[in-house]
Amino acid sequence: MAGPVSQRAAVRRKQAIFRWVTVSLVLAFFMLPLIGMLDFTTKVRRGGRTMATWKTLMNVSEISTKYPALKEGFIASIGLSVITVVIMLALLVPTMTWVRLRLPGMSRLVEFICLLPLTVPAIVLVVGLAPVYSWVFYLFGESTLWLGLAYVVLVLPYAYRALDAGLRAIDVKTLSEAARSLGASWFRVMWRIVLPNLRTAVLSASFLSVALVLGEFTIANLFSRRNLQVAMYQLGKSDAKISVAVGLLSLVFAFVVLFAMSFVGAQRSGSRRRRRPLAAAVAPAPAGTGSVKEPS
Amino acid sequence: MSVASPNAERGVAVELTELRRSYGPVNALDSMTLHLAPGEFVALLGPSGCGKTTALRCLAGLEDPDAGTITIGGRDVTALPTNKRDLGMVFQAYSLFPHMTARQNVEFGLEMRGQDKSTRARRAGDMLDLVGLSSQADRYAHQMSGGQQQRVALARALAISPQVLLLDEPLSALDAKVRTQLRDEIRRIQLEIGTTTLFVTHDQEEALAVADRVGVMRAGRLEQLAPPQELYARPATAFVAEFVGLTNRLAGRASGGRAEVLGVSLPLLAGSGDGNVEVLVRPEGIEATPDPNGNATVLSAAFLGAHGRVTARTDGGEQVEVQVASAALPSFEPGQRVRVTPRGDAALAVAR
Ligand SMILES: Nc1ncnc2c1ncn2[C@@H]1O[C@H](COP(=O)(O)OP(=O)(O)OP(=O)(O)O)[C@@H](O)[C@H]1O
Ligand SMILES: [Mg+2]
Repeated sequence: MAGPVSQRAAVRRKQAIFRWVTVSLVLAFFMLPLIGMLDFTTKVRRGGRTMATWKTLMNVSEISTKYPALKEGFIASIGLSVITVVIMLALLVPTMTWVRLRLPGMSRLVEFICLLPLTVPAIVLVVGLAPVYSWVFYLFGESTLWLGLAYVVLVLPYAYRALDAGLRAIDVKTLSEAARSLGASWFRVMWRIVLPNLRTAVLSASFLSVALVLGEFTIANLFSRRNLQVAMYQLGKSDAKISVAVGLLSLVFAFVVLFAMSFVGAQRSGSRRRRRPLAAAVAPAPAGTGSVKEPS
Repeated sequence: MSVASPNAERGVAVELTELRRSYGPVNALDSMTLHLAPGEFVALLGPSGCGKTTALRCLAGLEDPDAGTITIGGRDVTALPTNKRDLGMVFQAYSLFPHMTARQNVEFGLEMRGQDKSTRARRAGDMLDLVGLSSQADRYAHQMSGGQQQRVALARALAISPQVLLLDEPLSALDAKVRTQLRDEIRRIQLEIGTTTLFVTHDQEEALAVADRVGVMRAGRLEQLAPPQELYARPATAFVAEFVGLTNRLAGRASGGRAEVLGVSLPLLAGSGDGNVEVLVRPEGIEATPDPNGNATVLSAAFLGAHGRVTARTDGGEQVEVQVASAALPSFEPGQRVRVTPRGDAALAVAR
């Protein structure tokens, strides 16, 4: 009787250790570069530390007068995030809902199209988009915000996946038919029934898109547009410390966003059955407590 | 026709005329015609895939018929979208909006009609009372049982005082007890408010128990539409006779509107064939008595609660199911000789 129990406890302990090691390794993998960046931005040439770079960075008026390019890139990236998210949602949510309701046969094709950008390298995308953009810039002016169109393509696969998961979780067809029979127009069906039930999925898709857009460099650089990453890159040549500090900030921001995302999903589930919070998945199970009670 | 509802004047007539709908090679509806009188409760009954849901969805505007017309209260609605048809629907699948409480669900249709908050709240309260769920008003769908969810769905459908109430197997996901309870409740409420109702089911007992008239469908067509007793006692076709209740097929010779079956002459229903026929006789239309000089041998006897069922083989080699009183069941044992005789009720005969 005691044999299998203690054996199982040993296995469980081993699993807990393994889990901790894995988590630590992954964390180290992500943290080391960040720590390196922090170290670099605070180092003084002959030993010692300084917070000068960070003080400059925290002083909004100073940074915008001293580094106008950075400010420009930052504003452009924020604008691009908003534009990308809005277009992405306006494009995907109604389309994906409609396909589910009326054209279930097309869902494979739509999925294929939405996932396609994953297989196309950004460089190839630029080559394809170059003639289009030369016309757009020529006709509508050289605004960086036009990049939003290309970014929508870029975020399509991730946004599709997130929204698809959300749509799978509800019976869109029955719910919208019920709403229709109660007198709701298609607009009301989307706004009052589909979207509220997709809230988590919409947030995930948006967060992913924002994270992607804030980190985008290749396309903007190849079209000679200045977004945050391009500005950082250019700044890196003249003032590396500020550039790296901004890079660190944007990385941390992306981490926070992605981490927050997994909690948004968890919190809303409260009493509802949905995802477990990320933290619960990462934390080791309380080892030992379960093995005592378990019947052998 | 027989309209039982005392509130008939509040309902409207509904007419499906010559409806056709095909999915590729499948004719889901094959020139189907069904007219509902104002305030009437009609149940559509039929085997799986016969087109019941398709008919209901065409009436709801969720499916477009290839041909045919649909009128509600004399108005042609064939081309009208669902949200303009003024319907209440209850679905087979649980369909409460998961992000809203029971009360908000019930209020939704009223909100779509632009009614103000206090009117909505009052009406939703009344409706939840009607289905006996006022205490659950602030619960979400996942906090309620299947039966409660379907009740809220019913309240939601009725809150908008629809012209027509459509129910597509609303009880099929529930267990037997809740099913009978809720089905009787649906009937009570329907009689109370007098809304013309179409109820789709594949459960014959359910259909016979609640409907003013039952329509039996087969392969996209309406085979017979009649009040439950009539449907049972005088089926128009062999399909109806066999789909609604158990039926024996007994060989006989028919002429002049009568047929001789197991030595008894039975009157035949309209539409019966002549000559060599099979006569459709229900188990309760036959009598069995233990008799050493009888005409059949008992194969098995089963206790079914209120009554028993004896299966016997006649000397002519035909298998007969006979309904007997439970108390009489012990006197039938396998291998025993019995006499089986039709009681003499009118029956349908089909060509052999
Ligand atoms: N969307 C569809 N695409 C293709 N065929 C369909 C579709 N909907 C229904 N059918 C076919 O039409 C026929 C009638 O279907 P319907 O759903 O009306 O049957 P039903 O009588 O409601 O059956 P059940 O009792 O199983 O619900 C079936 O043969 C079905 O396969
Ligand atoms: Mg059906």
